[in-house]
Amino acid sequence: MKKYDVVTTLSYPKTGAMGKTGTWRIFRPILNKDKCVKCLRCWIFCPEGAIIRKDDDSVEIDYNYCKGCGICARECKVKAITMEREE
Amino acid sequence: MKVVVDTGNHIAALAAKLAKPDVVAAYPITPQTTIVEKIAEYVAKGEFSGDYVCVESEHSAMSACIGASAAGARTFTATSAHGLLLMHEMLHWAALARLPIVMVNVNRAVGPGWNIWSDQNDSMAQRDTGWIQIYCSSNQEIFDSIIQAFKLAEHKDVQLPVMVCYDGFILSHTSMPVKVPEQKEIDDFLPKREPKWVLDPENPVTHGNIIMPKDYPSIRKAMQDAQENAKKLIPDIAREWRERFGTYHGELIERYMCDDAEYILLTYAALGAESKIAINELRKEGKKVGLARIRFFRPFPTEDILDLAKNSDLIVLDRSISIGMEGPLFTEVKSSLYGKSDAKVFGYIAGLGGKDVTYKDIEKMVNHAIDGKYREVVWYDMGGC
Repeated sequence: MKKYDVVTTLSYPKTGAMGKTGTWRIFRPILNKDKCVKCLRCWIFCPEGAIIRKDDDSVEIDYNYCKGCGICARECKVKAITMEREE
Repeated sequence: MKVVVDTGNHIAALAAKLAKPDVVAAYPITPQTTIVEKIAEYVAKGEFSGDYVCVESEHSAMSACIGASAAGARTFTATSAHGLLLMHEMLHWAALARLPIVMVNVNRAVGPGWNIWSDQNDSMAQRDTGWIQIYCSSNQEIFDSIIQAFKLAEHKDVQLPVMVCYDGFILSHTSMPVKVPEQKEIDDFLPKREPKWVLDPENPVTHGNIIMPKDYPSIRKAMQDAQENAKKLIPDIAREWRERFGTYHGELIERYMCDDAEYILLTYAALGAESKIAINELRKEGKKVGLARIRFFRPFPTEDILDLAKNSDLIVLDRSISIGMEGPLFTEVKSSLYGKSDAKVFGYIAGLGGKDVTYKDIEKMVNHAIDGKYREVVWYDMGGC
């Protein structure tokens, strides 16, 4: 990665460079993979792009950025995602 | 080298073309000047190879220049008066992002009422944005300054935008002969820009993200250091230009008959040219007067002012007024001297809104100071002396 020496507000890509918004979360979405039917509604509706779509259309949740809004759990038709209070 | 006779605006457009900007973004309607009209003509004739972007406002013009410059392009724009004021937010942005954009501002009075004549209040109001500011007093100086401005702005130790200013009508619409080097000679003087940071998909960066209070002061201090670096480079660039092309207009300031002067007149832009005639006339009467024409208002030539004040009292003539205080040059000259000099400083304001100031007027003001009649800042236009 190229670094520049001019003094201005430059930031370089790394996980959480824009702030790890996952720390804002109060309710944590938990995915039950046994129930998931790979419909991808959670992936479509997540407003933060925090649902990661795999090659086989299975999904994972990126807890670095998931703010815990619960939209994925609401949209999941087979109730494969449940919201649990963070410890 | 050839000699071209043309108006300040057309000369500015020619200089911009020869500097080979990759992008020119400009608002094409009033208060725009004939500079971008001429550049559009170059585009139409196929003489300009860069991208020419017509935008919907000056705020957008500067924004487009910022985007282009951040992508590594050499970038030029031009504006005037209210157009400059509409850019104000983005002027700060360009300087804080350390983008070496070069812009011409044709100095015109600010309304209401509607006034399109010379007055430096428009650019003086942008002094604190971080831009380097040059004030020209001839069409040759306009040409030379624009090309030199790119070299200064793009220097690795500067990386700040530069505003090249000159008086509406007095220079913008007056034809004068100008020595114009060949394209090859300009290319040798001004090589292709090497950006110090760039938006590049291969090496992604984010610019302008949140910056915490503990880090913010370092961004401002770096800009201040860059202006100090510019102070050291300006004389080098002016001398290199003189060696290559033979024309020279001074460095941070231009000194005229200052060596034995008891009184030195300080002014800027077109008034600087008119003042030379006044100094010549006063010298004929045996008065020991000189002229220091302020070319660069940012970085401010503090050291030069201190040097001038060693053996001379200073008479400051502003074509601008910071309402509620005094002329901006008057303020800054005194500030430069504070605690270091006992020289007297006299402040005059003249020529606002394009009111004609002839060499005879300037003689009157200088004599008013020399004769000991000065009591407080003089508004010459209002019959002050």
